[in-house]
Amino acid sequence: MMLTLAQAGEGTFWFPAQAAEDAAKVDDLFYFVLYVSVFFFLLIMTILSIFVIRYRRRDDSAPQKSPSHNTVLEIVWSVIPTALVVYMFYAGFTEYLSKRQPPAETYEIGVTAQKWSWNFTYPNGHVTDVLHVPVDENVSVLMTSEDVIHSFFVPAFREKMDVVPGRYTKAWFKPTMVGEFDLFCAEYCGTSHSEMITKVVVHPQDGPDSFEEWLREDSDFLSKLSPVDAGKKVYQMRGCAQCHSTDGTSGNGPTFKGVWGTERRMADGSAVTFDENYVRESILQPKAKVLVGYEPVMPTFQGRIKDDEITALIAFLKSLQ
Amino acid sequence: MSTTQTSVAVGAEVEPDYLACSKGWKSWLFTLDHKRIGVMYLIAISASFFLGGLFALGIRLELFHPGEDFVDADGYNQLFTLHGAVMVFLFIIPGIPAALGNFVLPLMLGAKDVAFPRMNLASFWLWMFGAVFFVAVLASGGLDTGWTFYTPYSVEAQTAVIAAATGAFILGFSSIFTGINFIVTIHKMRPVGMTWFRMPLFLWGMYATAIIQVLATPVLGITLLLLVFERLTGAGIFDPNNGGDPILYQHFFWFYSHPAVYIMILPAMAIVSELVSVFSRKPIFGYKMIAYSSVAIALLGFLVWGHHMFTSGESKVAAAIFSALTFSVSIPSAIKVFNWLATMYKGSISLATPMLYALAFIFLFLIGGLTGLFLGTLSTDVHLHDTYFVVAHFHYVMVGGTLFAFLGGLHYWWPKMFGRMYSEKGAAISCLVAFAGFNIAFFPMFPLGAKGMPRRYWYYLEQDFISYHQLATVGTVLLGFGLLGIVIVLLRSLKSGEKAPANPWGGATMEWDAASPPIHHNFHHTPPVHDPYRFDDLRRDPATGNYSRTDAAEPVSSH
Amino acid sequence: MTIAEPSTPVQHEAEHGDHPPFIAHHFEDANHQFESGKLGMWIFLVTEILFFSGMFCAYAVYRSMHPEIFSYAAQFLDSKLGGINTVVLICSSLTAAWSVRCAQLGQRKGLILTLALTIIGAFGFLGIKYVEYSHKFHDGLLPGKYYQVQSESVADVGLAPSVTGAEGDAATTEADSGAAGAHAAVEDEHAGSHAPAEGPEPDNVKIFFGIYFAMTGVHGLHVIIGIGVYIWLLFRAIRGDFRPDYYGPVDFTALYWHLVDLIWIFLFPLLYLIH
Repeated sequence: MMLTLAQAGEGTFWFPAQAAEDAAKVDDLFYFVLYVSVFFFLLIMTILSIFVIRYRRRDDSAPQKSPSHNTVLEIVWSVIPTALVVYMFYAGFTEYLSKRQPPAETYEIGVTAQKWSWNFTYPNGHVTDVLHVPVDENVSVLMTSEDVIHSFFVPAFREKMDVVPGRYTKAWFKPTMVGEFDLFCAEYCGTSHSEMITKVVVHPQDGPDSFEEWLREDSDFLSKLSPVDAGKKVYQMRGCAQCHSTDGTSGNGPTFKGVWGTERRMADGSAVTFDENYVRESILQPKAKVLVGYEPVMPTFQGRIKDDEITALIAFLKSLQ
Repeated sequence: MSTTQTSVAVGAEVEPDYLACSKGWKSWLFTLDHKRIGVMYLIAISASFFLGGLFALGIRLELFHPGEDFVDADGYNQLFTLHGAVMVFLFIIPGIPAALGNFVLPLMLGAKDVAFPRMNLASFWLWMFGAVFFVAVLASGGLDTGWTFYTPYSVEAQTAVIAAATGAFILGFSSIFTGINFIVTIHKMRPVGMTWFRMPLFLWGMYATAIIQVLATPVLGITLLLLVFERLTGAGIFDPNNGGDPILYQHFFWFYSHPAVYIMILPAMAIVSELVSVFSRKPIFGYKMIAYSSVAIALLGFLVWGHHMFTSGESKVAAAIFSALTFSVSIPSAIKVFNWLATMYKGSISLATPMLYALAFIFLFLIGGLTGLFLGTLSTDVHLHDTYFVVAHFHYVMVGGTLFAFLGGLHYWWPKMFGRMYSEKGAAISCLVAFAGFNIAFFPMFPLGAKGMPRRYWYYLEQDFISYHQLATVGTVLLGFGLLGIVIVLLRSLKSGEKAPANPWGGATMEWDAASPPIHHNFHHTPPVHDPYRFDDLRRDPATGNYSRTDAAEPVSSH
Repeated sequence: MTIAEPSTPVQHEAEHGDHPPFIAHHFEDANHQFESGKLGMWIFLVTEILFFSGMFCAYAVYRSMHPEIFSYAAQFLDSKLGGINTVVLICSSLTAAWSVRCAQLGQRKGLILTLALTIIGAFGFLGIKYVEYSHKFHDGLLPGKYYQVQSESVADVGLAPSVTGAEGDAATTEADSGAAGAHAAVEDEHAGSHAPAEGPEPDNVKIFFGIYFAMTGVHGLHVIIGIGVYIWLLFRAIRGDFRPDYYGPVDFTALYWHLVDLIWIFLFPLLYLIH
């Protein structure tokens, strides 16, 4: 079941909605820096304009005498900006510390980034391609990448953290607004970097749409749905849809439409029938047999996908005749 | 080009200028004359700039609509990569030092050449050689790693990473050669009487820049070499799939590439210091502070690289240190702006084209510098990092700052370089068009980024972002027209411009004592050293437009 | 108050044609040219040090991240050959310094002899390096994907398990791996105890050979460039170009050669001796 909430909250000229607890603090500091900057910009530009008009060259006479330095003035215009930036540093640093230090109790979701999709793993082992979180609860994400560096970016939460292969990075936030928000990859990661976009769905505390309800329903899909529908869900939630279309168009990977049972030519010249065993192998060892004309860029799902899910996926692929 | 045998400045001897003293392509390609090398650099980097500009135009036209218009995702990734790589490595880093600096620096010192003319020519040849690699990249299927070559993507990308990294490596050596040359020239070739604190500020800026070139570029060299090694052998230095550390690459890369930002902006500030002073006919206010602040920026610039990595998972302590040091760079920059302002106070301000560029620089650099505060502040940077806010910020610094100062310097020294005056009206209009176009193109990117539009996106969410993108594209086209206007005005001046006097602007530095254009050996007699910022003894001759010193003008003491 | 109409450049004008041929036209005299060249060389050496410092930095990072790899892999380096090479290089540095002295004193024969000895030393270094490299090639002790150990003593464990697979496991069993923290490299988790040098082969020994070949390879390239320059100097010395008031190139090249020597003196203990 997907929520059908509209993009929540109104943005301002500068920012999208403030949908997490820290967002207001980040914005306030941004506005402080903004007002200081606008003040100094206008001040300097006004003085500059006055000078240009007032002291415009009219004839070739020498300019009026004026000092070549003025210690008091120079100290003033060094000390005032210094004081301001010291404050900016201090405020930014303390806020950053709280952003980077998760509270003791958080609801932890595993994030795996890969070219070019996201997988979110909940404590019960359920995996989705859209991030679902409860409102008003501290959520932390423990992230790693399957291939290159990605970056987890939710503008409405003012949160961003790189997702690095070979190590874990961590971020946390406390959503304060129910709704759907954009989640971007912010670190360039190759061809479809700009389509590595998904949503964060913030669920209300109670009611049929609550996070608990959603997680219970959604985790159970293999037993509730028909194999084909369950396979379709696996296809979406595991991020297959990012590269493999079902309508015949060719993406970073070959389409799934009308290929079941056909003879396929591989990059090494061999021919393989598109059947259950080939699909299974391609999911677990994607680089073993690569279709001619495609790059070996698919990440492995070894250890990340259940056999039942592969079975359901096979049922779904068969249905795409 | 003319054979202006200007005798306005230097008495009776008639000697052909450096443009006319010998002929044929060999006399250019194998010249040891710093002026000819400077001119060749000028032509080469301008060509690169227009190539990079075409890529930029491609990016903006594609982004006019969110969907696929005329390039696909891979094509777009190549466009922004090549735009960045060409602009950074081929244009903006060599830009002011190698083209204008090469021409002006020995003249400002009253010297005949730089300390190592052969090395200077080698620097140009290395530049050409590096550029050949970039052309090879274009011909062999492009490059899609971003100009930063971040690992591990650059290790596994299917494009010509090795050729591009080799090209950048070679260009690095070109830059090192220029740096070594300038440091030695400034140390050893200053004329008697020109003490360190009587040097024109342009030389201070060049000196600070050369220090960065010499100290930072080798680290880029070894980084790129290790990247190529990693790609060839899978050595596991930067690639986590082989046990390497991709973040180490970022540290290495930014250890060079952040100081490289100061390779771009310090010469720009140096030019503006000259322009503001000459066109206000006022000694520069707080000379020593400007000189010291150049060196301070150069040294502090080495300690701030980590601010590119606040979201990479670096430790909180590192983030705090890098943030604090980043703010510390903002102070000397702010001091320079106040000094320029104070220089104009009670001046006699001429709005000739170079001064228009200097004023445009102050406007744009101020925005670029102030928006840097948002990015130096840790908590706001987490949100703004890798969005269009950053794109706007560094374009305000690099284009608004460096490019506008470069153009200001070019218009300022153009009469000296080619002996011709350009059309003031045409140049001023082009300047204003480019200024307006630049702001329309890049200002909308600030709110666009703050709203959450990530950079390097080919596709974007239509409802939120389209109007900003369309405005930016319109501005880019306008900027393009402005730049085209500049080219037309300058090229026309070569053909039909009035002959330039030796000193058309009333500058007091030594290059204005040479003829326009200078003779092969620069000066018939080494000119006496004057205070570089004393203008009250310069008088304009209405008939020739030349400024010459009155009899009262005494050279400065050597003690 | 002295007027700063500089006297030397004016004389300089006058004697424009009288310049000795080895002084470039924009220098005042031999000393000015020598001093400028020397400063330029020193600055160039600074860039060289920074160039190598990148690799020393990478060495330090990986050594602290994977000490077990370094202590294990260093046993494959032949410290005897490395030691001989150190002596050879120091001797050639001595003859390089001697050649400067000969050039200063105008001893043409001595200059030719010392230059030739320096070149012989450099070739000797490369020869021994070639022997070492060919052993490594034979044993498959090579960087990255070329790393292929055949000797029995190390083959029992075989290649490291793929890191990618391990990450996948770790990511799905996320239950309490949060304790691993943001900086825990995955390899550390399953590398287990740090193996002693004779124990089983740790993962990613190939990283050591990546760094070994990168550092010694770039150093070797500098030796080859040095040989080229010294051959050119030898040619010029035989032609009789150098004299007591013009020996800059000999001096500057010797500076470069000492740096190449110095870098080896750091490389040798870091790679061969520290276990």
